[in-house]
Amino acid sequence: MDPRPPKFDVRHLDLWYGQTQALKDVSFSIDPNTITALIGPSGCGKSTFLRVLDRMNDLIEGVRVEGSVLYDGEDIFGDRDVIELRKRVGMVFQKPNPFPMSIWDNIAYGPRVHGVKDKKALSDLVERSLVQAALFDEVKDRLHKPALGLSGGQQQRLCIARVLAVEPDVLLMDEPTSALDPISTAKIETLLDELKRRYTIVIVTHNMQQAGRVSDRTGFFLHGELVEYAPTRDIFFNPRDERTENYISGRFG
Amino acid sequence: MKRQRALEKTIEATLFGAAAVSVLAVILITVFLFQSGLPLFGKVKVSEFLFSTDWAPTAATPRFGILSFIVGSFSVTGLSLLFAVPVGLAVGIYLAELAEKKNSRLIRSAVELLAGIPSVIYGLFGIAVISAASRTLFGGSGYSVLSAAIVLAIMTLPTIINVTEVSLRALPRELKEGSLALGATEWQTIGKVLVPAARSGIVAGVILGMGRAIGETMAVLMVGGNAPIMPTGLNSMVRTLTMNIITDMSYATGDHLTSLFATGIVLFAFILILNLGVQLILKRTISQVEGAAGA
Ligand SMILES: Nc1ncnc2c1ncn2[C@@H]1O[C@H](COP(=O)(O)OP(=O)(O)OP(=O)(O)O)[C@@H](O)[C@H]1O
Ligand SMILES: [Mg+2]
Repeated sequence: MDPRPPKFDVRHLDLWYGQTQALKDVSFSIDPNTITALIGPSGCGKSTFLRVLDRMNDLIEGVRVEGSVLYDGEDIFGDRDVIELRKRVGMVFQKPNPFPMSIWDNIAYGPRVHGVKDKKALSDLVERSLVQAALFDEVKDRLHKPALGLSGGQQQRLCIARVLAVEPDVLLMDEPTSALDPISTAKIETLLDELKRRYTIVIVTHNMQQAGRVSDRTGFFLHGELVEYAPTRDIFFNPRDERTENYISGRFG
Repeated sequence: MKRQRALEKTIEATLFGAAAVSVLAVILITVFLFQSGLPLFGKVKVSEFLFSTDWAPTAATPRFGILSFIVGSFSVTGLSLLFAVPVGLAVGIYLAELAEKKNSRLIRSAVELLAGIPSVIYGLFGIAVISAASRTLFGGSGYSVLSAAIVLAIMTLPTIINVTEVSLRALPRELKEGSLALGATEWQTIGKVLVPAARSGIVAGVILGMGRAIGETMAVLMVGGNAPIMPTGLNSMVRTLTMNIITDMSYATGDHLTSLFATGIVLFAFILILNLGVQLILKRTISQVEGAAGA
């Protein structure tokens, strides 16, 4: 439907942790400026898949990948520099992981490692990212206080702001609200809708309502396989695969 | 039920007893040390004791100035840290972040072995290798500030390596992933996130190592030269506080003996200050996190 080429094009992806296969022949394409939700029971490979997209699995010993992943038409396992890839494809983790430094330094960290030195430019970036992450008003008076002093929900938005400061193109989020209360969750969900205009977002969630609320398309994983991938409405109201239906209606998982 | 409670009471009492014994030991040592050393200051002014370099305890009019030895202790210890900290940090970082499992296991057991070697063996090694090398390279006797510092550096290395590695490993893995996911390199992650995050532990470890270095006696005695003079350079002979105590201990009597205990008081005070420093640093870090949580 979208005339533009896909942001990510994953073909026949297999992944092994040592001897155990965690992803089996996954093919998947993600359109730009959409929100894609990944659902499925625990251990089915959602995080593993997400971490393939910015090659965070490189950090784990004994991981072997086969198949191809194209990002903007380029193979991410090819010549593409992994630093550059991770800069373009940002990740927000399940557990908020601010660095033990000030709020300001947390957000300036990314731009700094990518060579931005000018204090004014950094300050602008910090403020813009915090505004974008809907956190600025809550922290504007204590930008130089430790980030670890923020609440869990604030920390998670800080982590989102930290990623935004690098001016990425894609946001990968692994259960970003699973540790948060409903109000913080609602804030982040609203935020996602805003962010979608500028970014392509892939979000892993165990919360069906959340997947239903925020995403355009949903992929259902089971035992390392992508069982079904379709517009979110179809997944929820008109699943083609029996296993999807069983999962959605809570019969297993 | 009743027996259970009786058992718990017994265990509690035993543990309390053990704790009490260790506290008592510290108190006893302190009291004993001060009792034996303080009388000196009835005859020698504290300022003279601390700030004079004139040490002639057996002269017709004996003089007790230990400044040379204070300076000796600090220069040897300081210099040894100058060598040990960069190397220890580097090895600790390598073990925690960079080494393959097989290599790190090998290095770690070597480091543990290093920590278990008795100091007299370090002294022998110092005489045979370091003093000899220093003699060839820089002339002189080879027994010097530099030789003592090098031997001490090797001795404190295990502490610093260990603490660095443990502090880095204790960091949550998410910290590292968070940095790498932003497109930082491995080195940027280590230098700008991991080491600063582990800083307080590392500093505490360095101070701990420093305490050990100041208190070390045998190894420095064997390579320091032990001349009771103010060290004038790296190649100069040196006597530290610990060496001063041990050298005359076997024959000293009267005020001379008392002055050795007084030297012990000074050493004790320095080590106490270092320990307080460690605790202060640790407390400050904890309150940084906690105070922040309340903010
Ligand atoms: N570092 C690892 N080493 C070995 N096996 C792993 C590793 N990480 C994940 N696995 C295995 O790969 C499979 C997929 O794990 P993954 O974390 O991707 O699941 P998930 O769908 O994200 O689960 P959850 O919803 O619980 O987060 C699981 O069987 C898991 O045990
Ligand atoms: Mg997961």
